[in-house]
Amino acid sequence: MKALLIGEYRQGKLLESSYELKAFADRLGAESAMVLVGSAAEMPKFGGRLYLADVASYGEYNPDLHKKLVLEAIARENPDYIVFVHSSYGWDLAPRVAAALKAGQVSEVVGVLDGKFEVTCCNAKLRRSVAPKSARCVITIQAGAFTLQGEPQGVPQLETLEVSDTSGKVEFVGYEAAEQKEVDLTRAEVIVSAGRGVGKKENVPVIAELARALGGELGASRPVVDAGWAPHSHQVGTTGQTVSPKLYVACGISGAIQHLAGMKKADFIVAINKDKDAPIGEIADVLVVADVMQFVPALTARFAR
Amino acid sequence: MKILVCIKQVPDMESRFRLNGEGTWYDEADLAFRMNEYDEYAVEQAVRLKEQLGGEPEITVVSIGPDRVVEAVKKALAMGADRAVHIKDDEYYRKDPWQISSALAAHAASRHYDLVFTGMQSQDRGSAQVGVTVAELLGFACATTLVGFAYEGGTITVKRELEGGSKGIVKLRLPAVVTCQLGLNTPRYPTLPNIMKAKKKEIVVQPISELLKEAELTGTAGMYPPAKRGGGIVIEGDVNDQLDRLLGILKEKTTVLRAA
Repeated sequence: MKALLIGEYRQGKLLESSYELKAFADRLGAESAMVLVGSAAEMPKFGGRLYLADVASYGEYNPDLHKKLVLEAIARENPDYIVFVHSSYGWDLAPRVAAALKAGQVSEVVGVLDGKFEVTCCNAKLRRSVAPKSARCVITIQAGAFTLQGEPQGVPQLETLEVSDTSGKVEFVGYEAAEQKEVDLTRAEVIVSAGRGVGKKENVPVIAELARALGGELGASRPVVDAGWAPHSHQVGTTGQTVSPKLYVACGISGAIQHLAGMKKADFIVAINKDKDAPIGEIADVLVVADVMQFVPALTARFAR
Repeated sequence: MKILVCIKQVPDMESRFRLNGEGTWYDEADLAFRMNEYDEYAVEQAVRLKEQLGGEPEITVVSIGPDRVVEAVKKALAMGADRAVHIKDDEYYRKDPWQISSALAAHAASRHYDLVFTGMQSQDRGSAQVGVTVAELLGFACATTLVGFAYEGGTITVKRELEGGSKGIVKLRLPAVVTCQLGLNTPRYPTLPNIMKAKKKEIVVQPISELLKEAELTGTAGMYPPAKRGGGIVIEGDVNDQLDRLLGILKEKTTVLRAA
């Protein structure tokens, strides 16, 4: 069994998530080779064949071209599985490769069971086991779901990857940097975060009050930030900050995967939610089943006494 | 300009889910359905583009599923789409993303759409494949995960959301498919006059068998709730008792409590 791993390179750097692909291949028990549109100056620590295309020629984001490069590597390597990280690069490129091969794709895999792939659905309230029915299969793995045992190591055997047809339908213009962070949540010992369950903007200060009483910072889930209830600098999750406080209190946060990815490394997690089945309960050390706007002020009052 | 918006109707994600008899999908009984959140951004962006171009573009909305999806279709019409196609499929959950994409592409193939909007993924299955696969099948340009969109003279400039809060700016020429992400816009609420107007708009019904000629490439082997992680304590009941228990646990298990 052979897996072709599609690494990621962005803003001049190899992304660490590329090593999660190797962890997935190990979990499958598959032999692996890697494809990278990157630079020989920064090679992954990987002890297999590395099909390297020069980023100077093919760009960091050029999905039509990258598809051709991956297809060329598939023709040379003949893999059973073609594996991407389920990221802004992977979910964009994987279906293009799958369509070209007419191969089945299983998206955002979190586990492997008896040759089938486990994925989450319905806001992680359910899991689905998916069986590929095509000769080759394209997989995207959930970021953070597979981690290497120990440090990545090895020196790749370099294979040059090129394609002659360099036409593409999209033109990459450039990056726009993330907003400056006014609040550095990564250093906070205590974070109290507001989710959609707080109900309205006027209720967010009630959550901030608890944060203050605990000597911590206010965090927020993405819907709260997008609704304009809190500034982006407070956002915890994939597109915000990744935090690891001693105590994380999630108030009215259901627990979307993107949020969990940003806070699951907290030492102790308390969730306050009226929905006992909310996915945040999966990772919380304590789940208080209560109305947030009733419970949080009462909790704050206990500290004021 | 001809615009297509592909939408899905999904259950409210706050629902309590039970499995169907065969254990391969959720039981639809007792669930409230609504338009997939990401598809609402797609409808809104299409309507904004129509407004930008003085009402010239014709917007068709398409949805695959059982009769209930007509409710989501009607909402899209009330938001400003012009006409709709309901691709009727009572066994929608047995189709994999390849088949859904193939049916949508078969609908689009002869209709010369210039621009296709859809959500970046569905909230229930979340494969994030259908938009991109439709683009590949039609030979259209494609960009995913949009949080910014601008159109000028046959070219669209989009902002893609990347990890860590940065964005990628990309230009595409039509025809194109774009997939929409939270943050792109704030979908409008249909007004009562527009809801009334939408009742007169055409909804063509077509069985999926007329469009779908492809076999599935992946299949659902089973569905189940996630295994509960051991050790998590659930505190229910009276607020004062809940407070006492929570503070007791925090004092014992953490070092952050200064008072109380």
